[in-house]
Amino acid sequence: MDNTLLFAVISLSAIGVISAIILYFVAQKFRVIEDPRIDIVAELLPGANCGGCGLAGCRAFAEEVVRTEDLSKLNCPVSSSEAMKQIAAAMGLEAAEKDPLIAVVRCNGSRANAPQKVIYDSAGSCAFAHSLSSGESGCPNGCLGYGDCVVSCKFDAIYIDAVTGLPVVSDEHCVACGACVTACPRSIIELRSKGKKDRRIYVSCVNTEKGGPAKKNCSVACIGCGKCVKECPYEAITLVNNLAYIDYNKCRLCRKCEPVCPTGAILETNFPPRKEKPAEPASVADTAEA
Amino acid sequence: MKTFKLGGVHPEENKLSAGAAIEILPLPEKVFIPVSQSLGAPSKLIVEKGAVVKTGQLIAKGEAFISANVHSSVSGKVSRIEEVTDTSGYRRTAVVIDVEGDEWDEQIDCSKEVKAEITHSREEIVRKISEMGVVGLGGATFPSHVKLMVPEGKKAENLLINGVECEPYLTSDHRLMLERSREMLIGIQILMKGLDVKKAYIGIEKNKPDAIDHLEKLVAEYPGIEVVPLKVKYPQGGEKQLIKAITGREVPSGKLPIEVGCVVNNVGTALAVYEAVQKNKPLVERVVTVTGKSLEKPSNLLVRIGTPVSKLIEFAGGLPADTGKVINGGPMMGKALTSLEVPVVKGTSGLLIMPEKESRRMPVVNCIRCARCISVCPMGLEPVLLAQLSENQMFETAEKERILDCIECGSCHFTCPAGRPLLDYLRLGKNKVGIIIRNRGKK
Repeated sequence: MDNTLLFAVISLSAIGVISAIILYFVAQKFRVIEDPRIDIVAELLPGANCGGCGLAGCRAFAEEVVRTEDLSKLNCPVSSSEAMKQIAAAMGLEAAEKDPLIAVVRCNGSRANAPQKVIYDSAGSCAFAHSLSSGESGCPNGCLGYGDCVVSCKFDAIYIDAVTGLPVVSDEHCVACGACVTACPRSIIELRSKGKKDRRIYVSCVNTEKGGPAKKNCSVACIGCGKCVKECPYEAITLVNNLAYIDYNKCRLCRKCEPVCPTGAILETNFPPRKEKPAEPASVADTAEA
Repeated sequence: MKTFKLGGVHPEENKLSAGAAIEILPLPEKVFIPVSQSLGAPSKLIVEKGAVVKTGQLIAKGEAFISANVHSSVSGKVSRIEEVTDTSGYRRTAVVIDVEGDEWDEQIDCSKEVKAEITHSREEIVRKISEMGVVGLGGATFPSHVKLMVPEGKKAENLLINGVECEPYLTSDHRLMLERSREMLIGIQILMKGLDVKKAYIGIEKNKPDAIDHLEKLVAEYPGIEVVPLKVKYPQGGEKQLIKAITGREVPSGKLPIEVGCVVNNVGTALAVYEAVQKNKPLVERVVTVTGKSLEKPSNLLVRIGTPVSKLIEFAGGLPADTGKVINGGPMMGKALTSLEVPVVKGTSGLLIMPEKESRRMPVVNCIRCARCISVCPMGLEPVLLAQLSENQMFETAEKERILDCIECGSCHFTCPAGRPLLDYLRLGKNKVGIIIRNRGKK
């Protein structure tokens, strides 16, 4: 047998053994102990890393859940309440009950309602268009329609309608992560309660101008007349800066405000046609007249 | 011939109104004077509805350090205080005055006589400029008195007067240098005294030979002032570019010109300073170029602040049928107006009426990595990179890449063969980075 070969085999084996011993001790010394629960929680999360919870991603959320052991302030908007309960169960905690939310576009300034007065001829970004001018319709608060919200959505839940030029949120896909809310430079999109059977009532306008100028640019603008405020039996509507706002926590979906709005700025979604059997048993008497 | 070294472009000059003498625009029936017309904090309104005002009367007071007074530009009655659309396309508070006659405030010396003797002390000069609401008339509307207050530990050595007018089409500064030269030179002397400097340079591009000759003859009588002819190159009228061209000094990134001992003022500002200090006259009127290839009569008009833009266009022959855009300012940095009822403000240097076929932008195609934008950037930035960072919302990286050094001259967009809206994204990025920095300060 060749001595050289033997020598090589022995020396390599020796190096291997010595390295293994060193690595063993180093691994002991620098071992990172990670809470196994983080993995369990992370498994239960959707893994979209959308940042809707306010943290860097799903892993960060899981770490936070394990660290604080308090679920009252932490909420993954994307997970169903079912999944949040599972997470709570895994941690041995109580999950906070949450009202499912959805992104609502509070502008109805479609091309028909708010006709184009000037042509915008610059970069197709709402943020830039907003810094440059009041927009093609002249409304300083209305939707610009260049789709910053569409770009920001990680769930394909929002698209710009080619006819109206306004964003449309898909009830099915929207997870209320709030990315579009931050992306919109005009704060048009709001997270509102999804409502029973997806029924919602909201003021579809965020224009704070006085009635005259607002109406000049858009036929369905809120003119701040306050009729809905007087009509609401639950004090759910407030009027600030010439703009009515319906508080979805107080609103009982009685549908009384919608018919009194002179401009049609209040919108209802997914309600059965009027005259038919009213939706909410609590408000049968109220809606009967309407 | 002197010029700045880095970048720059040479767009078609199109100085259509260069030969048109300054005309006085007749008073409109109504003026709309926006309360805030300068950079810095908004001014505080001090008149009420129904008040009778005289020309030159103070109507809004600038209370913060960087803010300027606003005066009534006409005499008459304040009929309304309401929101009117301004050059930004947004509605801002403005004072609406119904014009009745033209009665000037008693303090103002309305005579044509040129008053050459400077009797005021340095402090008085600064106070007067501040009181009379003088702001930089080159377009940035930075309050002029602030420029005269040199910060502790710094020393102004040179006063640079910007007569470059590098924007194509605009000619208002050119006409001022020809027609109001003596008053302007006295204004420069006042500024020199206010800053305590011995040397002033008037930078003029050589495409205005008549102005160079005229001023070179006159400056002999005014010690310390020198005319510097400059090569025609855009954006030479930029503060930092002008300093580089005339003195060879470079303003460090993020610093002001005073860092290299320079203060830059526009020729229009020099004239306004003369009127403010020698004649007690507030900034109530300015020269506006109304121009455009299909316009009947491109003109230079002396206009009261607050006059609706439509009146100026009417005077210059009316809006041509093929109008595509009406631009506030020049074609490189100006912004299209959304309405013709917008009032003229202190920063309105020109109105450019562009025919439809010239006004539309090129279709945007993909970047071909030719790096022309980088070679023309006068600030040595990489516009293509900054625009991408801004488009992808990577504002923190953009800040590290010095996006705030951008002077928004538009050379990158002008030169881009792919028609990419580089300047738009740079402006967006600058805005956002500015907000990030301000929020950082709050924490």
